[in-house]
Amino acid sequence: MNVVVCVKQIPDPAAPPSLDPGTNNLIRAGKLILDDSDAYGVEMALQLVDKAGEGEVTLVSMTPNGETSGLRTALAMGAAKAILISDDSLAGTDALGTAKVLAAAIKRAEPDLILAATESTDGYTGTTPVQIAEILGLPSVTFAKKVEIDGGSLKVERQTEAGYDEVESPLPALVTVTAGVVEPRYPSFKGIMAAKSKPVETLTIADLGIDAGQVGAIGARQEITDVSASEERASGEIVVDEGDAHQRVIQFLEQLKVL
Amino acid sequence: MSSWELSDDHEIFRRVVRDFAESEIAPHAAQWDRDHHFPVDVARAMGDLGLFGLVFPERWGGGGGDFASLCVAIEEIGRVDQSMGITLSAGVGLGANPIHQFGSEDQQDRWLPDLVAGRSLGAFGLTEPDAGSDAGATRTRAHLVGDEWVIDGSKAFITNCGTEITSIITVTARTDDGISAFVVPAGTPGLVVEPPYRKLGWHASDTHGLLLDGCRVPTTNLLGKPGHGLRNFLSILDDGRIAISALALGCARACLEHAVDYAKQRNAFGGPIGRFQGLAFQLSDLAVAIENAHNLTYKAAWLKDQGRPIGQAAAMAKLYSTETAVTATRVATQVFGGAGFIEETPIVRFYRDAKILEIGEGTSEIQRLVLARGLGLPVG
Repeated sequence: MNVVVCVKQIPDPAAPPSLDPGTNNLIRAGKLILDDSDAYGVEMALQLVDKAGEGEVTLVSMTPNGETSGLRTALAMGAAKAILISDDSLAGTDALGTAKVLAAAIKRAEPDLILAATESTDGYTGTTPVQIAEILGLPSVTFAKKVEIDGGSLKVERQTEAGYDEVESPLPALVTVTAGVVEPRYPSFKGIMAAKSKPVETLTIADLGIDAGQVGAIGARQEITDVSASEERASGEIVVDEGDAHQRVIQFLEQLKVL
Repeated sequence: MSSWELSDDHEIFRRVVRDFAESEIAPHAAQWDRDHHFPVDVARAMGDLGLFGLVFPERWGGGGGDFASLCVAIEEIGRVDQSMGITLSAGVGLGANPIHQFGSEDQQDRWLPDLVAGRSLGAFGLTEPDAGSDAGATRTRAHLVGDEWVIDGSKAFITNCGTEITSIITVTARTDDGISAFVVPAGTPGLVVEPPYRKLGWHASDTHGLLLDGCRVPTTNLLGKPGHGLRNFLSILDDGRIAISALALGCARACLEHAVDYAKQRNAFGGPIGRFQGLAFQLSDLAVAIENAHNLTYKAAWLKDQGRPIGQAAAMAKLYSTETAVTATRVATQVFGGAGFIEETPIVRFYRDAKILEIGEGTSEIQRLVLARGLGLPVG
């Protein structure tokens, strides 16, 4: 059971982000960390490999600046190795370009299963995983809250607004995992030390046979034309109890159609 | 590492410990403080993370890491809860370290694996009602009867000695050769763990006095050479001072962070109070002091990791960081105003927790004495 997890290294959300005024892209020049939403995929992959009793977890990631500290966090959790595609020409790559690069790298790893987060915390397009599946010609199952491998097939409970769908699919397949469905383990100190000697294969797009014209700002078919501040949330309504507060709260909830 | 600057590995590790501390400790710290509750399950989870074993060899299940890593862990745990920070610091420095440093192979094999894994906690009994900074005045006595040592006396302010996972307490006692150290397993007849103290702070940390009343341990429980008990202990006290410096750094950092947040949010006279220089400049000064405390702490840790003398550096770090922590709690309380006097804000807990930092593991006066002697002054 070999599982590839797509992980993204992002600027630390705790630090104030800034946008490139020319491209409206998030500036990702500094130190990058593992996207929290990817920790769920890593955890799920480790559990699936544990359960299968054989195989390993491989991380696949892409960044223009060669940063590996986010990958090392996931390696410290227990992933066996990582493939990092790092190339100056990747700066400004859109979601489809990213999918092409990741798909080419994933193909080399020949996984039984590919896991990804439903969306990244910094970009939020939520489109990359399904594009990878399409490029690789694999089935994709999105919004998984539970994943089981049964022989050669995959059983997924797929989160919906009303409840969940039970989905079955042949392997290999790509599954996107929603946040919070498993409890990501904390890397132990030993895990962090061991991660230092785990292999991180760094590839350029040329190594993957991808033309520079297909990636980066040049290859991007998507352009962010404008960015505006979101509306400030209106302040809440304070209900002072004059004996009828419960009725007013019920009225309010009825207006919201939650009752 | 050729300089004392923390490495990327340290920073990755810091992130992990911070995540753990903010998820598993911070949400409950106020409640434990209120209830004077020692959360044994959290101590075990800290063990699972490898925190109690960081600096010990892999042979006993340790992480084989450096002392700076331990300081990072203590700082980060202490940043959300000083009680759990001291639990870690004492568990490693006073519980496991004496066994690792001075224990025979049998003693190490017997006690270290559980101490290193955080499955059990160790304690060290040095201080007595009449022997604190002058530990040479130890009155507890041990005499040999057959193949057993019989220990009589009392110990005061002993951290981690009464938890449900406490496995051993190392105590110093006067013997014919001077002051020796003995490993007393928890539950040994004649060892009485007194009811917990009612402390100003560190409410979630386990602290008791001990009575040793004809307490018998086998001769094989003598730790280190006879008569070397005090000397050995003083040699590991320097490590403990760096650890307390890291704990104080966590306290000071937490106070600065809380105070800065509050100064941005709290409005008075038509805007956030952080725009008043009288308040803002105090926080600027605090930031400088914290940077200094950080530098002194990790410089001392680096010297230790290099195997170089640490006596003066440890004393400087401990003195400066702990006094910075106390200042930080005072400044943060002032920034919070009335709210800083109310238990609902974390500042109050840090305020109560900070003072002991200037006392435990060598008072500020003892640090100044060490430093004055280092200057060659003829101080007593």
